[in-house]
Amino acid sequence: MAIPDATAGRLEWRVATVVDVRDETPRARTLVLDVPQWPGHRPGQHVDVRLVAEDGYQAQRSYSIASPPEDRGVALTVERLDDGEVSPYLVGELRRGDGLEIRGPIGGYFVWDVALGGPLLLVAGGSGIVPLMAMLRRHARADASARAAVPVRLLYSARTPADVIYAAELERLADPPAVEVVLTFTREAPVTWTGYRRRIDRAMLEAVIWPPSAEPHAYVCGPTVFVESVASLLVELGHAASRVRTERFGATG
Amino acid sequence: MRAEKIHLDGNAAGGVLRDVFAHEMTAALATCGGCGAVGPVGALLEYGQPMGIVLRCPTCDTAVLRIVRTPSLLRLDLSGLRLLTIPA
Amino acid sequence: MAQQPFIARGFRARSARMVDAPRLPPGQYETNDFPVLSAGPTPRTPLSKWDFTIRDADGRSARWSWDDFQALPRDTPVVDIHCVTKWSKFGTKWEGVSVDTLLAAAASHGVGAGAFVVAFCDGGYTTNLPMSDVTGGKAWVAFGYDGAALPPEHGGPARLLVPHLYFWKSAKWVRGLQLVPTDSPGFWEQLGYHNRGDPWREQRYHGDP
Repeated sequence: MAIPDATAGRLEWRVATVVDVRDETPRARTLVLDVPQWPGHRPGQHVDVRLVAEDGYQAQRSYSIASPPEDRGVALTVERLDDGEVSPYLVGELRRGDGLEIRGPIGGYFVWDVALGGPLLLVAGGSGIVPLMAMLRRHARADASARAAVPVRLLYSARTPADVIYAAELERLADPPAVEVVLTFTREAPVTWTGYRRRIDRAMLEAVIWPPSAEPHAYVCGPTVFVESVASLLVELGHAASRVRTERFGATG
Repeated sequence: MRAEKIHLDGNAAGGVLRDVFAHEMTAALATCGGCGAVGPVGALLEYGQPMGIVLRCPTCDTAVLRIVRTPSLLRLDLSGLRLLTIPA
Repeated sequence: MAQQPFIARGFRARSARMVDAPRLPPGQYETNDFPVLSAGPTPRTPLSKWDFTIRDADGRSARWSWDDFQALPRDTPVVDIHCVTKWSKFGTKWEGVSVDTLLAAAASHGVGAGAFVVAFCDGGYTTNLPMSDVTGGKAWVAFGYDGAALPPEHGGPARLLVPHLYFWKSAKWVRGLQLVPTDSPGFWEQLGYHNRGDPWREQRYHGDP
């Protein structure tokens, strides 16, 4: 049987079933979906979600896939925006057994897989951690030699400890020096915190990341202002722009 | 205070582009018709939603790709695009 | 036969859909927000460099600097506005110079007439309108919103304000009007949006009656 080309052809809207729902933080929830005829995906890709109300009103949003390709089910982690229209529904109303219309997987630029190699630099602002988590989880599932060939550094900027998505899992996956996880809090840190307490700046990047000679593959994800600040700092520090990939998240929820 | 609505990037247009070109497009390389800069479609700056999609060159802001879908047609303006290279 | 759409259980539009229905054009819903929609980056023209020009097809023009503009008689229209993306906002308060005032001044400088106008803007945005839709007290060049200077993301220093048409016609960062003999589709119109854009006739797209 011919394997369908994952990058060619139109994508169909499919009705997925919510098989699991997991609260990650007070504002973020993971939805695990069973998607009929899911072709598989690559870490970093996203899906489009379409909601149609009974009166015909339609809303559409994009959400990054949080799960690695190895997992059964497609996991999306959604953060609720208070004045959002779709995120309060996904985080507050949707439940196991419900249907959800999705289209995907989408993306060919902001993707990483083991074959691309490393070192792998992941820089996340807020909910920008989601697609980077898919990459980190993929890395964790790779075989020992592949993992050894790709050191990983994740720098994750969150407002407060309560906003850190996947906190326990990040602690488990951290395995210095092979897998380094560095957090910085921009609004409020734990009382006993000895780590960073500020927005990501040049000095922090210089301390955390590899020099340009290591030629890391860098992935930066989060709100637009965050992404552009970090990306330009990386280029300023000497990293080739072509090795810094960006994905900007919008504020519409 | 509401944050100013900022642009996104070509990744956000990925679903629509896939529909239009029947191919994953964010990794395709676009040569800007304004300044000649070459970069992935995913790295173009996205404006115009929800009226349509306007993808602009991050170097010179030229509108490289413009897409509007109406109930009766889909229109694509490529006048700001010099070359598109789609990886095999 | 068209496929039935999948209805998401329990999903509703955030905004109430039935407020003051006679005041809402068909297909619209009321919002208390003021969503920002831009076709490009926000220009940052300093007032010292800003000017407004009305130019006819023969190249004759009239031009105002910011100070000239501020010296003109101004109105404070309170109007409902309607976006083609379906939101409407009632009772918005503006401050600006009527386009009638500008056209009259331009005419006294020898600038000819035109059946249509094209508004041109910093950043390259354009939109076309019939002359009859910007005259007779229907249009302004607005530099104030809600009692303060018009913010850049909403079109400041000044934008066109034509509230009886869909709001994409109220061109942000406007720098002038080109008077033309025939209709000349602008940025969104070239991509398929309607040349006139009357929300009461739901003229959203090219081909809508």
